[in-house]
Amino acid sequence: MYEFDWSSIPGALPFLWEGMKVSLGITACAVLFGIAWGTLLAMARLSSIKPLAWLAAGYVNLFRAIPLVMVLLWFFLIVPQVLRGFFNLDPNTDVRLASALVGFALFEAAYYSEIIRAGIQSVPKGQISAASALGMSYAQAMRLVVLPQAFRNMVPLLLTQAIVLFQDTSLVYVSALADFFGAAYKVGDRDGRLVELLLFAGAVYFLICFAASQAVRHYQKKLNAHAAH
Amino acid sequence: MGYQWNWSIFGSTVPTGETTYLAWLLSGLQTTVLLSLSAWLVALALGCLVGVLRTVPGKALSGLAATYVEVFRNIPLLVQLFSWYFVLPEILPFGLGDAFKQQLSPLTQQFLAAMLCLAFFTSARVAEQVRAGINALPRGQKAAGLALGFTLPQTYRHVLLPMAFRLIVPPLTSEFLNIFKNSAVCSTIGLLELAAQGRQLVDYTAQPYESFIAVTLLYLVINVVVMGLMRIVEARTRVPGYLGGK
Repeated sequence: MYEFDWSSIPGALPFLWEGMKVSLGITACAVLFGIAWGTLLAMARLSSIKPLAWLAAGYVNLFRAIPLVMVLLWFFLIVPQVLRGFFNLDPNTDVRLASALVGFALFEAAYYSEIIRAGIQSVPKGQISAASALGMSYAQAMRLVVLPQAFRNMVPLLLTQAIVLFQDTSLVYVSALADFFGAAYKVGDRDGRLVELLLFAGAVYFLICFAASQAVRHYQKKLNAHAAH
Repeated sequence: MGYQWNWSIFGSTVPTGETTYLAWLLSGLQTTVLLSLSAWLVALALGCLVGVLRTVPGKALSGLAATYVEVFRNIPLLVQLFSWYFVLPEILPFGLGDAFKQQLSPLTQQFLAAMLCLAFFTSARVAEQVRAGINALPRGQKAAGLALGFTLPQTYRHVLLPMAFRLIVPPLTSEFLNIFKNSAVCSTIGLLELAAQGRQLVDYTAQPYESFIAVTLLYLVINVVVMGLMRIVEARTRVPGYLGGK
């Protein structure tokens, strides 16, 4: 029978916390970038300029058809070489990690754009008509009338996607970035205590994601109750 | 720049000499497809069971099913995979873990761990769809089934599930697509599926662009084929009279 030995965890906590900070940092950056870029993509996709709409649709469908692991490998192994050749970078500057992060954010933006597109489409058409009747331009109508309502409806979905994204950050493991999972794996490997460290990592991820999803659920209930009045 | 494109690289033989790089890619594709399909079948079976349990009266069973879903949904896939592969064989009682490690070939170990991981991970998501499908049915359907003298299992079997399954085909399509994409994660435990073969090709051939483009295209092909198949299934199972129905 396996004998558990949890003694390597307490000493490793500061190191694990550093990893957690990396995970949370990546999550925050990717969520902010994903929502910003995703909004632009969604608007492009709904635009009446056809080539723009096709480009956005192509981007979103491409990223949604490829595994995240492949995207990370592309941006970790291939894109840095292209950049190096293109900009004549000093061979010593390592752009691989930055590149992997950009790839992660570009990937998540495709998923955000689908949520945001659905959110924009859930706003009644009359709102745009009313805005243009009031003399607003299309851009003004979008910014002042449609998007604020769309985002209000989308908040729970955007947050749920953020939880999924937080779980996805563990995959930056393939790019050798020391996130929380990478840190836990390293400690477990070093001390020969992989079983304990993996279970610990799983428990930590579970607690964070479970608490966050319960909070989102609670918020959604409040929102629904508010909307019902 | 000066990159030498060389698409004929796929036709050349691998260092050990017995086969070509193209054969490596195709064996990766085969592993990806086999892994995803077998995991999908297990996920459907488990997901239906758990999804049904979430809707039955009685707190104990539905609470258990809810816990199952929360556990598999709130732990990252990579952590789950490493747990199946590194943790479970260590802590299984009665020598089961040792049997796993000693009597199975490393390839079988990787495949089995990857398959179970994808199956359980996906089953939680399938369960949520099944539950949503059952809850989307008018309440009268269950009451009518019971009033006609069906037992509860019979009501599920003959009244609720046939309708619920037809309603949830579209969301299941996206889960089906996801399982192929998620299978790429299994390259991290050394399973030589499509993504891993692509990486291996980069190391062996020094033609990274061709290898990655080929692998990416193969994933796109999988995507298109699955979508095409599911569109046929959707068309055949559509419920007349519902939105999106005939």
